[in-house]
Amino acid sequence: MDLDYSPDQRVFRDHVRGWLRDHLPGAMRDKVVRYAPLDRDDLLGWHRILADQGWIAPSWPREWGGTGWNVVQRYIFEEECGYAGAPPLIPFGLAMCAPVLLEFGSDAQKRRFLPRIYRGDDIWCQGYSEPGSGSDLASLRTSAVRRDDHYVVNGQKTWTTIAHLADWIFCLVRTDAALERKQNGISFLLIDMKTRGITVRPLPLMDGRREVNEVFFDDVEVPIENCVHDEGKGWTVAKYLLGHERMNTARIGTSKRELERLKAFAAAQSKSGAPLTEDPRFRDKLSRVEIELMALAITNLRFLDQLRGGRVPGAEVSMLKIKGTEIQQALAELMLEAGGPLAQVLGPVDPVSVGAPNDDFLAALAPRYCNMRKTTIYAGSNEIQRNIIARHALGL
Amino acid sequence: MNFDPSEEQRLLAASIERFVERDYAFETRRRIVASPDGYSQDVWRTMAELGLLGLPLPAAHGGFGGGAMDTVSLMQAIGGALIVEPWLATVALGAQFIARGQKDELRDELREALRDEQRQRILPAVAEGRLKLAFAHAEAAARYTLAQVATRARAGADGWVISGIKRAVLHGACADLLVVSARTDGGDSDVEGLSLFVVERNAPGVAITALRMLDGTRAADVAFDQVRVPAQALIGAAGRALPLIEEVVDFATALVCAEAVGAIESANEATLEYLKTRKQFGVAIGSFQALQHRMVDLAIEYEQAKSIALLACSAVDTEHNAAARSRTVSAAKARIADACRKVSQESIQLHGGMGMSDELKVSHTFRRLTAIVQQFGDADHHLARFAALS
Repeated sequence: MDLDYSPDQRVFRDHVRGWLRDHLPGAMRDKVVRYAPLDRDDLLGWHRILADQGWIAPSWPREWGGTGWNVVQRYIFEEECGYAGAPPLIPFGLAMCAPVLLEFGSDAQKRRFLPRIYRGDDIWCQGYSEPGSGSDLASLRTSAVRRDDHYVVNGQKTWTTIAHLADWIFCLVRTDAALERKQNGISFLLIDMKTRGITVRPLPLMDGRREVNEVFFDDVEVPIENCVHDEGKGWTVAKYLLGHERMNTARIGTSKRELERLKAFAAAQSKSGAPLTEDPRFRDKLSRVEIELMALAITNLRFLDQLRGGRVPGAEVSMLKIKGTEIQQALAELMLEAGGPLAQVLGPVDPVSVGAPNDDFLAALAPRYCNMRKTTIYAGSNEIQRNIIARHALGL
Repeated sequence: MNFDPSEEQRLLAASIERFVERDYAFETRRRIVASPDGYSQDVWRTMAELGLLGLPLPAAHGGFGGGAMDTVSLMQAIGGALIVEPWLATVALGAQFIARGQKDELRDELREALRDEQRQRILPAVAEGRLKLAFAHAEAAARYTLAQVATRARAGADGWVISGIKRAVLHGACADLLVVSARTDGGDSDVEGLSLFVVERNAPGVAITALRMLDGTRAADVAFDQVRVPAQALIGAAGRALPLIEEVVDFATALVCAEAVGAIESANEATLEYLKTRKQFGVAIGSFQALQHRMVDLAIEYEQAKSIALLACSAVDTEHNAAARSRTVSAAKARIADACRKVSQESIQLHGGMGMSDELKVSHTFRRLTAIVQQFGDADHHLARFAALS
């Protein structure tokens, strides 16, 4: 048994690391590590740098621009990007819509959408959750009624991340309400966000940043050629997506970077005249998170290793999501704790006032702590992940 | 043993409940937080009319002579309704310094007369809602150590000259008077050499920058640049203020513990209601045992938090030994901080995405509970203080 990367894998990692050092713009990295808001230009800017390098869609087939990397190489690449402080890629096109098109899409759909997703021409968002359908996604009620050569869509999606920036949305809709089993009668539609009848309304979160939205559909006409897979097979598509390509959910690289940042930040904070990192109570908490992360990094590699031979990942993904998000939250909470009482300050009431120095990083810690609470809720809450493990891994 | 509130406390609680219901609905609170001043003059006036501003002030100076125990229902209401008016800063901090003075000072007739004049000038005005106060104490390097003060006051021709920077002074922007700690002697972290002064907000050399805080309250950075104050601005004796600072901060900490209990109760009520009404998979999510047990743990947190908060309020009212009082207050704050973390985080998680939304009150209660975790010292700070005093 060897717990470390093979020599080949290390060479690959060093290659990726070196490339990131040379090509990740400092200003972009700085925004990420300082928790500054990222705008459309930041998100698409990094996307295009990777696209130019040919690394934007490693898992796609080579004919569509994939790199041909194996699963370990893809993992190494993602972890190195996270560790380097690269902006997160918007997953909805690259990692969600595209795999669905590759598996179920018509040739015309592939030719139409994949190159644009590859180049970052369109921002996609995901129309899954509805006010009454969160964890119980199959109960969704947004309807699509066939009329001549198009569907007429009516209903509401919610928690739609970056819908306010998106050009396209992929949606689960109900095309047949009469069927007994609610998973049947669901279809997977691609909808142009500029279509008449779509209204996007911001859904303010408690950290004050614009991130998620409500999307309303009022008699929205969608050409029938925008249905992916057969009508009524949307649930098959959704299930395929859930089990697909999610071995990076633990975000080990990002958490390693956050841990280093936390250590440096805490060392710069003074408690009773000594660095906070010398306080045994704080140090123990810091150590516990680090140890959990050390274990999770190996757990993640073990699970990856099990995928040799093409086995499809199952409940492992859920375990990585649970532990990964718990670590991310613990790091954000320790960062807030390290910031001390002044981390409660959001900023001056009058934004242009000149007074005592205002530390933007310190001021970002509390909103970030609030925002990170979402990680155990989104992408299948950790409760749902535990249900999956109980049922599929433990047979309960 | 008798855990029943007195008749007076019961009547007070009922009148506070009516006030909150009538004047502090959540949407009203949202408007108040977004307003330029960040608090409501009308609500402040109502609080004065209800006698809430004089509740723990001496009866001889316009107050009701109550203790921490008498404020419990008010503090729980403040926590439950997320009241952002400057009650704690004015009444539980600022005015307490004026009301209490140092207990160990030499009896000096002239100084007694000055103190009485100070009390008579300030306390009735506080009780009537005409004066708001704040405690300008915390500094950038202090973290939670009360003795860490670099602001200096040197004796001038006919008074004192204060220089230094105070950070995130709770309700410092709306205060008419600031109670300022400054060093008249010693090094930045010495326990001796601290003094307290009353400074007017518009005294020359005072610069106030209003701040927005995570929990919707306001604070201020306050810079003192060669601020001249008269000799009678001094509270008590020069150089010996730390025991008084500890006493008053213990008092306010006990009260914040009671506030936390109200916030926890409110979060738990919202979460329980959500578990009973939110349906997924055709049933209320509260029918899932995995979630039931978590809700049960939150209910237990509430009971434990309430008990330790009452213990702290009782200690600041009746414990004459300062070390024993501080030990109990630190026990309470350490336990309350744990309860605040658990309840706030679980209330969001059990609400799912809705818990993250600014629209729901529970996300605002989350923010207040998060702030309470750190206010007057986090769990680590108070665990260390508790152990050191044991």
